[in-house]
Amino acid sequence: MTTDVLVVGGGNAALCAALMALEEGASVRILEVAPREWRGGNSMHTRNLRCMHDAPQDVLVDTYSEDEFWQDLLRVTGGITTEYLARLVIRASATCRPWMVKHGVRFQPSLSGALHTARTNAFFMGGGKALINAYYRSAAALGARVDYNAETVGIELDGGRFVAALVDHHLPDGSKRRERIEARACVLASGGFESDREWLREAWGRNEQGEYPADNFLIRGTRYNRGIVLKDMMRQGADTLGDPTQAHMVAIDARAPLYDGGICTRIDCVSLGVVVNRDAHRFYDEGEDFWPKRYAIWGRLVAMQPGQTAWCVIDAKAIGRFMPPVFPGVRADSLPELARRIGVDEAQFMQTLQSYNAACRVGTFDHTSLDDCHTEGLLPAKTHWARPIDTAPFFGYPVKPGVTFTYLGLRTNQTTAVHFSGRASPNLFSAGEIMAGNVLGKGYTAGVGMSIGTAFGRIAGNHAAAAALGHAPCDPWVIADQGEVSHAVA
Amino acid sequence: MQSLETLTREAQRLGQGAEGMQRMSLSGVTGPEAETPAEIEVARQMAICNACRYCEGFCAVFPAMTRRLDFGKADVHYLANLCHNCGACLHACQYAPPHEFMVNVPRAMAQVRGQTYTDYAWPAPLGALYRRNGLFVALALTFGIALFLMLAAARQGSLWGAVPEGSFYAIFPHNLMVSMFLPVFGFAVLALALGVTRFWRAVKPATGGADLGGPAAAEGAHAALRLKYLDGGHGEGCHNEDDGWTQSRRRYHHLTFYGFMLCFAATSIATIYHYVLGWEAPYGWTSLPKLFGITGGVAMVIGTTGLWRLRLRRHPEHIEPSHHGMDLGFIALLFLTAATGLLLMVARETAALPTALCVHLGAVMALFLTMPYGKFAHGIFRSAALLRYAVERRLPNKLGLSGE
Repeated sequence: MTTDVLVVGGGNAALCAALMALEEGASVRILEVAPREWRGGNSMHTRNLRCMHDAPQDVLVDTYSEDEFWQDLLRVTGGITTEYLARLVIRASATCRPWMVKHGVRFQPSLSGALHTARTNAFFMGGGKALINAYYRSAAALGARVDYNAETVGIELDGGRFVAALVDHHLPDGSKRRERIEARACVLASGGFESDREWLREAWGRNEQGEYPADNFLIRGTRYNRGIVLKDMMRQGADTLGDPTQAHMVAIDARAPLYDGGICTRIDCVSLGVVVNRDAHRFYDEGEDFWPKRYAIWGRLVAMQPGQTAWCVIDAKAIGRFMPPVFPGVRADSLPELARRIGVDEAQFMQTLQSYNAACRVGTFDHTSLDDCHTEGLLPAKTHWARPIDTAPFFGYPVKPGVTFTYLGLRTNQTTAVHFSGRASPNLFSAGEIMAGNVLGKGYTAGVGMSIGTAFGRIAGNHAAAAALGHAPCDPWVIADQGEVSHAVA
Repeated sequence: MQSLETLTREAQRLGQGAEGMQRMSLSGVTGPEAETPAEIEVARQMAICNACRYCEGFCAVFPAMTRRLDFGKADVHYLANLCHNCGACLHACQYAPPHEFMVNVPRAMAQVRGQTYTDYAWPAPLGALYRRNGLFVALALTFGIALFLMLAAARQGSLWGAVPEGSFYAIFPHNLMVSMFLPVFGFAVLALALGVTRFWRAVKPATGGADLGGPAAAEGAHAALRLKYLDGGHGEGCHNEDDGWTQSRRRYHHLTFYGFMLCFAATSIATIYHYVLGWEAPYGWTSLPKLFGITGGVAMVIGTTGLWRLRLRRHPEHIEPSHHGMDLGFIALLFLTAATGLLLMVARETAALPTALCVHLGAVMALFLTMPYGKFAHGIFRSAALLRYAVERRLPNKLGLSGE
């Protein structure tokens, strides 16, 4: 029997698509390239989704209007977004949670150390892996077939119509078995390409120092997002959008593992100290804004530095004021000793620190507001929370760029259909990171990746089921506005 | 790439307070540092969890963790006993094996928990008994004592045969039974009380140092009596064999615990009847000791049977394999005590009474003997940890973290 809906990928967007198609009565087969214990792509590292709400809801306090959400998105992307798709995501985020709960997701109040998100972000109890577990259980209960270790290496098209997927099943003995899987419709939810190191290297190219910056990047999430399907679709002329160097990219501890370091490798003390590069120079205003609003730009900032490495330096006054990092800081009882321990030029380091310390105009330090502690006559300035770094012991944390996911992806519209020269495929859809670039051209705001994946995953699943079963799909705005979508099933 | 070994090495250096490592005591209380491999492993994992915190909603362990930046011996002992081994954090963990961080909080906590029973045991030399307190010991003790009693009964020629009015005292005089069981039971109570007192003293400074107040006591008792932390945080239960939720562990535990308490109440009431009111056993079917005893016994039989089955099906990653015997031994003793007690009631008017009595007394005696140095301690230590959590939770958090 031919599968109705084939879902390529096994993370949040893929599972949302699968569950929607199953609810429509379609038979669904999910192709997850990872083995079962690594299933879920980057979703297993997520913790919340950004939700619009006009009144307090269970775990969400106060209100977060469509317009405020839109303004936040507009700001972080610098306008490189598609407004009607962004608004679709925003409105879907207001109503998707009852559907998520129905499929076993549970929510918890904002985590300690993340209280500023209590208004905007709904946290999954146990985080993204718990969400993924719930979705797989629900999909299994609804009759989905899941293939793990199933690497989709190519998509067979007939003039823009999906025909079949070519899949390599990786067997326990290390060998591969090729299968051609036909289906009536297909959803591509196979993620970005951040784990293809060659592609990343090619995209970032060589800098003025003759380095390949991408060689020094760490990948915060799954090693399985190699962009194989994305590349194949590009080869076959699918419409794309986005800059291949744009990504969700943060500064993380340089000692993090190459893949799957996840949330715990972040460094949260930037705004409490100073950040110097390999040459012991400061390079950006560490106190420009609240850290939650700035963490997402620091990956790129560090990527622009020589050696793609920097050191975040704090003193004893900062201890206990930021989320504890997973790796202990390099500790020293004096600044010259710290310079020697972290291996930067001592004279330059001292000059940088001394001129920073001398430039500090300390008013009333308050880490919970944009306080009046700032520097004067220093370039770059530190505009808030600037206090001299003068109290031993001193700590240094090495940071590197950590890529969460890339933004280059398939261009689509509100139906999520894959497009070829502006023409929508009748039965091939996309969801999640592979098309997130339609909303996120650059920048990031916490939790929006899951909002995008959930909204477009559900729409893609609905449209794929409709294409497979020959009935009319829902208007995506209905999914966005009503949360609960049910069709009469033939 | 940061390998597990490097991490473990760093955790060990951290544990030893090596130079260059961040060690700031924020609670103002500097206790001994984690030192055993199991303690160092918990401290290592907590440093990872504390930088993640996704599991905060599941139970008390993670909110307690967020009040700390480093994890000394007392902190680790406290958290280990706060952990109910529900499995939720393992299934939800992005750093669980095969991730190189190898985070498995339920197992790491279980290892330390087992160690704390030994460490705080009174008298200390008997603490080593925990490690030998398995299924074999439980069964051997039960049947050894039963055999001994049978021989004693047989010498008086009454091992088989109906007894007038079904009176146990015709087989073993009341005073003899009291003089056998009271010292053993008394010692068990004393040993557990002194053991948990030592635990309390060690953990109190690490949990804010405040005394237990009324509201905290009520909250701690509520959490213990309802098994709040087997509810998954969402109220829908904990894990057993896989990533699905189940209420079965909680329900069977309730049946076992409340069944035990009913049996205990039955015995206590009978004692009052005997000594205060001068009413001698046997009591009628509608008397309080009988009603409580039968209800409690049935509940225990169902509860322990359920727990046994669940234990055998438990996800192997949740549990510390070396605790298998201790857990099953304890379940078996509770089952035997309840089942033989019920049998005894059925056998009252029959020739099997003396034998049934010997077997029942053997089970009860074995339960009392192993009580201070076996799985029974988990309830005492966990209740103490829950009470300290209720105290600590009421104190202002000394950390002022501003997160991502």
